[in-house]
Amino acid sequence: MNPPDHPFSPRPDGARRLESAVFWIFRAAAYLILACGAAVFLDIVVKGSATVFQSKAPFVNTAFLTQAPESLYVFEWEGQPRRMGDREFRAFKEATPAAANVKAESYVYSSGGIFPCIAGTVLLVVGSMTIALFLGVCAAIYLNEYARDGRFIRFVRLAILNLAGVPSIVFGLFGFGMFVIFFGWNVSLLAGWFTLAFMVLPVVITASEEALKAVPIGFRAGSLALGATKWQTIWRNVLPYALPGILTSSILGIARVAGETAPIMFTAAYVVRDKLPWEVERAVDFLFQGVMALPYHIYVVSSKIPQNEFTERVQYGTAFVFLVIVALIAASSILLRNRLRARYKW
Amino acid sequence: MVTVPSRLDSTPPASGPAPARRPTVVEGVPPSVPAPAAGQPLVEIEHLDFFYGASQALREITLGIERQKVTAFIGPSGCGKSTLLRCLNRMNDLIEGTRIVRGSIRIHGVDINQPDVDVIELRKRVGMVFQKSNPFPKSIHENITYGLRLQGIRDKAKLDEIVERSLRGAALWDEVKDRLGESAMGLSGGQQQRLCIARAIAVEPEIILMDEPCSALDPVATAKVEELIQDLRSRFTIVIVTHNMQQAARCSDRTAFFYLGKLIEYADTRDIFTNPANPQTEAYVSGRFG
Repeated sequence: MNPPDHPFSPRPDGARRLESAVFWIFRAAAYLILACGAAVFLDIVVKGSATVFQSKAPFVNTAFLTQAPESLYVFEWEGQPRRMGDREFRAFKEATPAAANVKAESYVYSSGGIFPCIAGTVLLVVGSMTIALFLGVCAAIYLNEYARDGRFIRFVRLAILNLAGVPSIVFGLFGFGMFVIFFGWNVSLLAGWFTLAFMVLPVVITASEEALKAVPIGFRAGSLALGATKWQTIWRNVLPYALPGILTSSILGIARVAGETAPIMFTAAYVVRDKLPWEVERAVDFLFQGVMALPYHIYVVSSKIPQNEFTERVQYGTAFVFLVIVALIAASSILLRNRLRARYKW
Repeated sequence: MVTVPSRLDSTPPASGPAPARRPTVVEGVPPSVPAPAAGQPLVEIEHLDFFYGASQALREITLGIERQKVTAFIGPSGCGKSTLLRCLNRMNDLIEGTRIVRGSIRIHGVDINQPDVDVIELRKRVGMVFQKSNPFPKSIHENITYGLRLQGIRDKAKLDEIVERSLRGAALWDEVKDRLGESAMGLSGGQQQRLCIARAIAVEPEIILMDEPCSALDPVATAKVEELIQDLRSRFTIVIVTHNMQQAARCSDRTAFFYLGKLIEYADTRDIFTNPANPQTEAYVSGRFG
């Protein structure tokens, strides 16, 4: 214990009071964000897992994950409340003629599952990210490796930055005007791919350029001094090292592409579609079909039909599955990135 | 006083019938390259004026580099010695705003800055080792084979053979032969620099440019690289830029002293260090400035 009145005893003054006040404001802000995030996440996980998981084997509600959405019929039969999906209900009425005119309340999309939406979202993400990465990396290589800095290049960069600030609904309308109507692709996977790709392109280009800039100039000089052409240098000695950084940007892109509703509602998404995407007659039809998608399905079931206990199950279940799928796709690209990073270290 | 390497010490070009005195054709040189007369410098730099944007980095440089000799460029920082070195394989092309305003650089009598010269071919023949060792973040084996694969050599046995030969040539084989598949980034600084030398000699250039190859190395690693330069002089023409005057004195045959973008003196290394003709050279080599 120090004697009292030693030279380092605390002296409360304005600066110290401000210090602790500021510290508490920052800490409160961080905790508030954490609390909000946790609240959203827990709400979806708790309520959604009630739909996706079940208490008896196989513990996963496979119907929800593998079937198409159906209407739910709720009615009373022989004094017992019954709930049936559309197909089951029709079969029931055929089997029991007495039930033909039973009065049933129907709830759209509240039975069955969301498999077509899962398939559609995965297809949209894979296709649009492929296009966005290809175009984005090409553009970034041009800007960073080939183009000479000048007024035109500065203008291109400015345009890319501005593009990043354009609201997604504007991209949706652009895609509708350009791909759906002008190119005549109709509401289709292809139109959705390009619309979503253009939406994430600014992010991909900017991040790819940063990744290319991070590759030391000595690797390029060393390669060129051995008699490599510029492209050989880029392909063998720059791109492989920039790839982890490029993939990091694509992880952000995946979450955005999977999550956005506005760009696909005019270009690619159907409210409901009976056939699965691969049930097409000709291969080329695959590109020109609309698909169901998770974010659009959430939008439809939450805003287009009356709220009740039966739809809530689908809403939370869809949101939960959606979160899990985005997390899975992102996790796989993080894994890929880490493997590449471990391989090329400098 | 500028001492230009003259052709006085060489046999004058024969004036007799040409077939009688056809010089030996250097192996690997395409027939389009005029074979040099015996004793003619391999690299001839004449009246070279070089600019970075508006500032002139080299003034009126005239100098000849002889084959299979070690030529050292010395001088204080900013004197233009590295710039001149990078002119020889046109690495300055990578820097925006650089230009040669006057003069020429001829290798095998070919002006390398003419539009009909393919810079890729030039760099295959004029290899370079950089100041900051720059092994690629690949395996040791892949580092050596990088330049060979660029030339389309795929034969594994041949690649392995060249890897061994190059690593032996760079006095690195015994240290790395058991870990050729490991990343080159795991090597020590001196080993990395010798790997870069091995990578350069793997493509069998005629000339090797070394831009302060030892400036980041400790004395032991420096000694090894210098020893290596002695071994390589019999097979390659070496041009080395160095800040270290002792290094120039130890391992070069000819030394050029530059100051403020000008060539002050160029002579046999022994003369530069023991009997410099120019007072500035004397001041520099005796450590009075620079």
